[in-house]
Amino acid sequence: MTGASPYRLVGARPEPGFEIRVDGRPVPVVPGQTVGAALHAAGIRTWRTTRFDGRRRGLFCGIGVCFDCLVTVNGEENLRACLTEARPGDEVTTS
Amino acid sequence: MTRSEVAYDLAVVGAGPAGLAAAGVAARAGLRVALLDAGARVGGQYFRQPPDGFHATRPGALHHGYARFVRLRDGLGDTDVLLGHRVWAIEPAVGGGFAVHCLKGGRERAATVAATRLLIATGAHDRVLPFPGWDLPGVMTAGGAQALLKGNLVVAGRRVVVAGTGPFLLPVATSLAAAGARVVGVFEAGGRFTLAPRALTRPGKAAEALGYGRLLARHRVPYKGGRAVVAAHGDGELTHVTVARVDAEWRPYQGGHETIRCDTLAVGYGFTPQLDLVAQLGCEIGADAAGVPAARVDRHMRTSAPGVYAAGETTGVGGADLAALEGEIAGRAVVADARGVPAAAHPAAVRTEARRRRLAAFADALLRSYPVRDGWTSWLRDDTLICRCEEVPYGRVKEARDLGAADARSIKLLARPGMGWCQGRICGEAVARLAGEAPGPPRRPIAQPVRLGDLAAMNERTSDDDA
Ligand code: FES
Repeated sequence: MTGASPYRLVGARPEPGFEIRVDGRPVPVVPGQTVGAALHAAGIRTWRTTRFDGRRRGLFCGIGVCFDCLVTVNGEENLRACLTEARPGDEVTTS
Repeated sequence: MTRSEVAYDLAVVGAGPAGLAAAGVAARAGLRVALLDAGARVGGQYFRQPPDGFHATRPGALHHGYARFVRLRDGLGDTDVLLGHRVWAIEPAVGGGFAVHCLKGGRERAATVAATRLLIATGAHDRVLPFPGWDLPGVMTAGGAQALLKGNLVVAGRRVVVAGTGPFLLPVATSLAAAGARVVGVFEAGGRFTLAPRALTRPGKAAEALGYGRLLARHRVPYKGGRAVVAAHGDGELTHVTVARVDAEWRPYQGGHETIRCDTLAVGYGFTPQLDLVAQLGCEIGADAAGVPAARVDRHMRTSAPGVYAAGETTGVGGADLAALEGEIAGRAVVADARGVPAAAHPAAVRTEARRRRLAAFADALLRSYPVRDGWTSWLRDDTLICRCEEVPYGRVKEARDLGAADARSIKLLARPGMGWCQGRICGEAVARLAGEAPGPPRRPIAQPVRLGDLAAMNERTSDDDA
């Protein structure tokens, strides 16, 4: 994306970021971003498959209502990626 | 009763415009106030803020009325702001007041806050209607796209279609465009948001919408009424949508279909108030101007349950201005009730009441202008999922109806829509409409999923206290 960007729009000077690992892949994070936002920003828009039909899911409501975005973070299961703030060293796994 | 924490005079649940205003009024009057919110920052959905880590020098660029947010935030006085607190249950406490049970922090630890009075200002979430392909990754709610942008500075996609109904589609489209997305169209199933009649009732709003008109033009975003996204397509992820011309009832005209390439669809059909807590507390629930359930309050924002107040979208969807005003009124009523003086005696009462009526009339006119029309059911195919969680297709809902399930409850028992993770928050209204019912108030025993361990821990604490 060239030209307009959300950073330019709000005049952001983001702090140095960090990485989390999502199913072993490194994903960059700006401090304060949610796991879901970091995944989305990295172009990963789907990370879960449904129980019955194996449908792919990612962010849908974005605000903690739909539970489509569930992930496991450091072994803790069923966290909503759209609400869970990413922390340095987080190991995220998906199902 | 759980006695673990300090007792507050007021616990406010939800730190959006209503909750911020109420907490500020009460705290500045000397009450001990706790303001709880599930988010990491105050502001709610409307004034959602990016993380501090971005050091935004123009944080207001994504918000209308940012100065007002700053006033509300800076006016909180000595309020204890408890962020990252997800309230999942509230119980009346032995000896009066309430125990507010929360899960704390991103990684969920239990906590309980005790308070004499409660204000529920939990806002609303996007209403979505099922259509073929709506569960493809890349299809998001309009509010979700806004949350990604405002709260994380992430643009939902590169080529975005915005669709649904109601004026909220406009700020979503313009902010995505301003942030660099190519917004290929805004498709309003109802009539385009025109301002002539409403400009008379509410000049400020008209100016705001005209501003959107200019922004849409600047970013060359087409805005079309009488158009609906009736299907989303893609192999595993969204690649295009079908846009249909629809009649006044939202039934597609023959042949009026257009295929549009996009990687993201931001879709919203208005908002649904989050009523889990008011329902749990036994507050009377009525309906807003569009017939959607909302907490019933008196003119001081008191619900039918003693000691429980509600403000903002909880009392009916009306936008940030009305929410902040209702919060202010509720805050004053809490102060008056705590002191045992009549709430109507406040010097500002008459003026704010008149202003509230004006804003509420405008909100009602909007709700009535942008209802959900029955024709959306003609977009469904037998394999269209109605319930995303339990993966229940329309065909199974029809089967349940054929088997004699005449109401939403029976459909739910037979076909299981609304029985999954989200407990029907996403599909509940669609299921009710498919059953030919008006959407009903929620009947969820808990407002957030809780781990059994946390429940057990709470019970232990409760019984320790009883002992
Ligand atoms: S995207 Fe809906 S709960 Fe996270």
